[in-house]
Amino acid sequence: MNVAEAPPADASGRGAAFTGPTGGEELTVVEPLIFERSRPGRRAVRFPRSSDAARERSAGQPELPSTVLRAAAPRLPEVSELELLRHFNRLAHLNQAIDLNFYPLGSCTMKYNPKVNEWAAALPALAESHPLDPEAVSQGSLELMWLLSELLKEISGFPAISLQPAAGAHGELTGMLMTRAYHRANGEGEQRRKVLVPDSAHGTNPATATMVGYETVTIRSNERGGIDLEALRAALGPDVAALMITNPSTLGIFEDQIDQVVEAVKAAGAIAYMDGANLNAILGRFRPGESGFDVMHFNLHKTFSTPHGGGGPGAGPVGVSERLEPFLPAPMPVLAAGIADEVRANARAGRSTPDARFAMDWDRPHSIGKVRSYFGNFGMFVRAYTYIRSNGDDGLRTISEDAVLAANYLRVRLHDVYDLPYDRLSKHEVVFSGRRQKREHGVTTLDIAKAILDHGIHPPTIYFPLIVEEALMVEPTETESLETLDVFINVMRDIAEQAVTEPEALKRAPTTTPVGRLDEAAAARRPDLRYRFGDVTDAPAADTRERRRAAATRNAPRT
Amino acid sequence: MTYSPHTDPDRERMLEAIGAATVDDLFADIPTSVRASDWDLPAPLTEQEVRTELARLAGRNRMPEVSFLGAGVYRHLIPAVVGEVIGRPEFATAYTPYQPEVSQGTLQSIYEFQSLICELTGMEVATASHYDGATATAEAALMACRLTRRSIIAVSAGVNPDYRRVLGTYCSGPGIEVVTVPIDLAEDGSGTTDLARAAEALGPDVACLVAAQPNFYGQVEPMAELADAAHAAGALLVAVVEPTSLAILQAPGDYGADLVAAEGQPLGVPMSFGGPYVGLMAAPMASVRQMPGRLVGATRDAAGRRGYVLTLQAREQHIRREKAASNICTNQALMALAATAYLSAVGPTGLREVAELSMTQARHLAAALEDAGLAERRFGGAYFAEVTMRLPDAARRHAALVEQGIVAGHLPERDDPALRDTVLLAATELTTDDDIARLVDALEAIR
Amino acid sequence: MSYPDDLAYSREHEWVRVDGARATIGITSYAADELGDIVFVELPEVGAALSQFAVFGVVESVKAVSDLYAPISGEVVEVNDALRESPELLNADPFGEGWVARVELADRGELQALLDADAYAAETS
Repeated sequence: MNVAEAPPADASGRGAAFTGPTGGEELTVVEPLIFERSRPGRRAVRFPRSSDAARERSAGQPELPSTVLRAAAPRLPEVSELELLRHFNRLAHLNQAIDLNFYPLGSCTMKYNPKVNEWAAALPALAESHPLDPEAVSQGSLELMWLLSELLKEISGFPAISLQPAAGAHGELTGMLMTRAYHRANGEGEQRRKVLVPDSAHGTNPATATMVGYETVTIRSNERGGIDLEALRAALGPDVAALMITNPSTLGIFEDQIDQVVEAVKAAGAIAYMDGANLNAILGRFRPGESGFDVMHFNLHKTFSTPHGGGGPGAGPVGVSERLEPFLPAPMPVLAAGIADEVRANARAGRSTPDARFAMDWDRPHSIGKVRSYFGNFGMFVRAYTYIRSNGDDGLRTISEDAVLAANYLRVRLHDVYDLPYDRLSKHEVVFSGRRQKREHGVTTLDIAKAILDHGIHPPTIYFPLIVEEALMVEPTETESLETLDVFINVMRDIAEQAVTEPEALKRAPTTTPVGRLDEAAAARRPDLRYRFGDVTDAPAADTRERRRAAATRNAPRT
Repeated sequence: MTYSPHTDPDRERMLEAIGAATVDDLFADIPTSVRASDWDLPAPLTEQEVRTELARLAGRNRMPEVSFLGAGVYRHLIPAVVGEVIGRPEFATAYTPYQPEVSQGTLQSIYEFQSLICELTGMEVATASHYDGATATAEAALMACRLTRRSIIAVSAGVNPDYRRVLGTYCSGPGIEVVTVPIDLAEDGSGTTDLARAAEALGPDVACLVAAQPNFYGQVEPMAELADAAHAAGALLVAVVEPTSLAILQAPGDYGADLVAAEGQPLGVPMSFGGPYVGLMAAPMASVRQMPGRLVGATRDAAGRRGYVLTLQAREQHIRREKAASNICTNQALMALAATAYLSAVGPTGLREVAELSMTQARHLAAALEDAGLAERRFGGAYFAEVTMRLPDAARRHAALVEQGIVAGHLPERDDPALRDTVLLAATELTTDDDIARLVDALEAIR
Repeated sequence: MSYPDDLAYSREHEWVRVDGARATIGITSYAADELGDIVFVELPEVGAALSQFAVFGVVESVKAVSDLYAPISGEVVEVNDALRESPELLNADPFGEGWVARVELADRGELQALLDADAYAAETS
C-alpha cells in the first residue's frame, strides 16, 4: 500500500488512497492513522535540557563512533497532546468492551474488572518498583507474591506453585517443560514421546506439545461430550508423557469420569495436566490438586478478573503436585524467616509480621530454568490478590454458583430455538450449534454473530470447539444481571426467528457498526501490515539488505 | 464483597427456569470422590478493608530515594497522557479483536504499533507484541532455526543473562543447542562480543548469532561486523535492541540484522516489579509466515471503508494447532498501546531528547566517579546510557548505600563472577545532577 | 455433484490429468470449497521428487491450513507460478487455471489406486 504523503482526511473522512488488495481505490476513512494526523514540528511532551555542568563533565567520555549512528530520525508522529488524546479517544469509541456491554465470549470469562484492582496496581510503591531492587526494599512486593501463591494453592489444592508464566499458553509451556524434565529425571525421557489431548482441546494445547518436542495424539469425545474413556485407555502406554485435558471441557461440561481419567493416566506413568481456563465454574467445588492432577495453569485474566486489555497482558501461574515441585521455574518467592501460619493469619487480619522476611529463592537445582524475564506479570498479581481478598471464601464460592446458574438459565431459555449438541447440565458456559439455521435456511453461525453485533452485544465465541458444527459458545459469567441475560435471550430468539423469515437481513449484518464485514481474504493475500511513508517501498535500499532478503527467501522452508 | 449482581430472588427465578431445587444440584455431576473438601480462605473484605490491606503491602516496600538501577528495565518518564489512553475502559476491558467490526479501536492501534516498531527498527514487519524482551528473543532465535533449518544458536554473553536463561529453556523443548560467545572481559577491554570467537562459533549448523545493542553492560557493539560474520557462515543475525537508543543508534535493518527482538518497557510501561512488559519482534516481509504472534493488516469493507483485521491467522495456534510455529495466544495489547501512545507523545524530537539526556547523564555520572577517584570504567570503548564501573568491595558498598536509600545500580557479579567488584550504573532523563552528587558523596563517606 | 471425467482423484481431494509421459495435478473443487477463500499456496520446487500420497505442499485459507498430498509419484517439471500472485485461482478454476504442478510420471500403475469421477463424487456426497 503506497499512501504517499496522503492529504489529511477532511471532515467527510475521504481522501485515503488504498492501492493494496483492490488497487487504486479511494476509501472512506473512519479514523485517520496517527501518522496521517502528524505535522512537522508539532510536539506533545517536552524534556528539560541537560545542565552546563553535566555537559562539561560528560565531554571527556568516549564518543559514539559515527558508524553506529542513525542516518535519519525515525518518522514518529508529530502531534500535539490534544490531537493525540482525541485520536485515541475516537479509536476507543470504535470498540465494544465489558465496561459498555454484555460480552459473553465462551472460554474467555469476560467478567467485570473491578476498579479497586486498578487503584491497587497503580500504588507507586508497587507500580514504580524495579524487579532487581534489593530484597531488603521489596518486602511488600515479595510478601504479596507469597500471599497470592498461598491463596492460589488453597483454591486449587496444589501444594506448590509458580507465578512466573506470563499467560495461559505460557503456563502450558511451563507445565509441559516440567513434565519432560520429570520423565527425563526418571530415565523415561526418550521413551515418552506423546501427549494426548481430547478432540475438543483448545489449539494452544497441541501447539504447546509441539513446542516441547512432543507428538500430539487426539482422543475422541464420547456421545456425552466427555473424553472417551475407552479410547483414552487404549491410547495410554509407556510412550505417553501426559494427558492435557480441560475441565470443565470446552463444551462447558464437567468431565464426570474425571476420577477414572486421572487414575488411568497416572497408572500408565503419565502426567495429568489440567487446562484451568474454565476454573470459573468450579471454585470451591472441585480442587484439581486434591483430585490427582499433577499440574494446572490458572488464567488470572479469566477467573481472577484482571482486564483483558484488548488481547493482553494476562498471567498464567501453574500449580503443581509434589512430584513436579522440584522442576518449577526459578526463582520463587519464599518466606526466608518467619512462621508461615503466623504470617498468613496476620495478613488475614490486615497486619504485617515484623520479623518475617521474604526472599527470592534461586537455589532450585532441578528447575526447568526461567520461562520469562524477572518474576512474572506482577501488576496482574496485585489485581488478582486484591480480587481474591475482596471476594474471600464466600465470594469465591458465589462466583462459580452464579456463573453456573446464569449459563444454565441461558441453556434452558434457548435450547428450543438453537440445537444443543450435548443436552446435559452445563457449567459456566453452554455450547449451541447453529446447524439447524444453516441446513434449513442457509444462515451460518457467522451470520448469527454479525447480527448480534447490531444489537450492541458482543457475540459469543464461534466455531470453537471444533467438534461441534457451527459452534456458538456462550459464557455469561456471574457479573451480568438477569435483565441483561433476558435481553440477550430475546435478541437470540429474534435472530432465530429472522433466520426463518428474512435470512438475507442476517447475511447483510452488521449494518450499525463503524465498519461492516471486512475482506479478510484480501488482507491475507496481499498483506498490508504497516503504514507506508511516501518514499518507502518493500524494495531494499542497501546492498546488504538485498543479500539478506535474498538469503531469507531462499531459506524459507516448507512448513 | 462480591461483584455478582444477583439477589436471592434472582437466583430463585433462574433455578425455577432450570428446574433445579438448589444450586448444589447444578454441581451434581461432579463425582463424589473428587468433590472439594473445605478450603481455608480469608473472609470477604469491603472496599475500604481491601484498600487498607494493599496499602499495608505497598507500605512494606522502601522506595529508593535515588536509583541508578537499569539492567534491562528503566525508569523513564511516563507522560500523563499515556495513562489516560490505556485507562480508557474501551481499550482495557475489550477482548482480542476477533470480531473486527466492533474492535477497530484495538485493531487500528495495533497497526499503528506495528508501523512504529518497523520505523524504529528499519524492518518490514513487526508483530503485535510478545510477553517480554526475553521471550521475544527466544522466539526470534527459534524462528531463525526454522528459516535456516539449522539447530544450533550462538548467543553473545553480552545479551541480558535473564534472556539467555529463557533462551536456554525455550531451546530445551525442540532440542536446540545453545553456544555462548564470550565478550572481551579484559580489564579496559572492549566489553563487546569477541569477533574471533564469534567466527569460530559460527559453524555450518548455526542458525543465528544473537547479540544485543547496546549490550547488557552498556557497551556499544560492532553490530555490522557481527552481521557480516553471521552471513558469511550462512547464519542470521538476531539483534536484541534497546528501543530508546534507536533514536540515535543505527536501525538494525540498516546494519544487516535479519531479525530484531526487544523489550518495550522503556516506552511508557511502568517497571511494576517485573511485569507486565511488552516484547517486540520485527523481521523482513519474506519470512512473515514463519513469525509467531498476532499480526494486524489493513483491508476494506463492502461499503468502501478502510478497516483493520487480524490477518495471516493460519500461522497461529487456533488454526495450525500442533503445526503452529508457537503456542502464543495473548499479545500484550494494552502495553503495546502504552508504547504507541508514548512514541506519539514524545515524537522523534522527544525520543532523541530522552536518549541524549540519558547518555549525557551516564557520562556525567562516570566522569564524576572517575574524577573523585571512587571508580573507573571497567571497559574501554563507547557506551550508550549505562556503564560498568570498577568499584572495590562493590557488594558491601552497594548494600551500605541501600541502607541510605541509594541503589547504586546492579551488581553484575551475581551472574558472572568474573565481574566481581563492578557496578552497572544506568542513567535516564530522570537522573538529576543532584542524584549524581548524592551518589558521589555517599561513596566518599564510606571510602 | 459431478466432476470432470477425464481426471483421476485421490481421497485427499487431489486430481491427476495424464498427458503422455507427464501428468498435471491439482486440488478439487470440493477441497477448495471446504477451505474457503484461499490466500496462499506453498508450491513444490521444480526438480522435487513427489511420492504418491506424501505431503508435497501446503494450501492456506483465511480460516484453515491444509497439507497437499501428491496423488501420483513423479519429478516436478513445472509449477503454476500464477498461484503465487493469485491464489484465488484455486477457488475460481481448480481443474483448469488453478492447476498446481506438472510431473514426469514415475509409475503409471499408481493410477490404479485412484478413483474415477463417479467414485470420487460418491466419496464426497
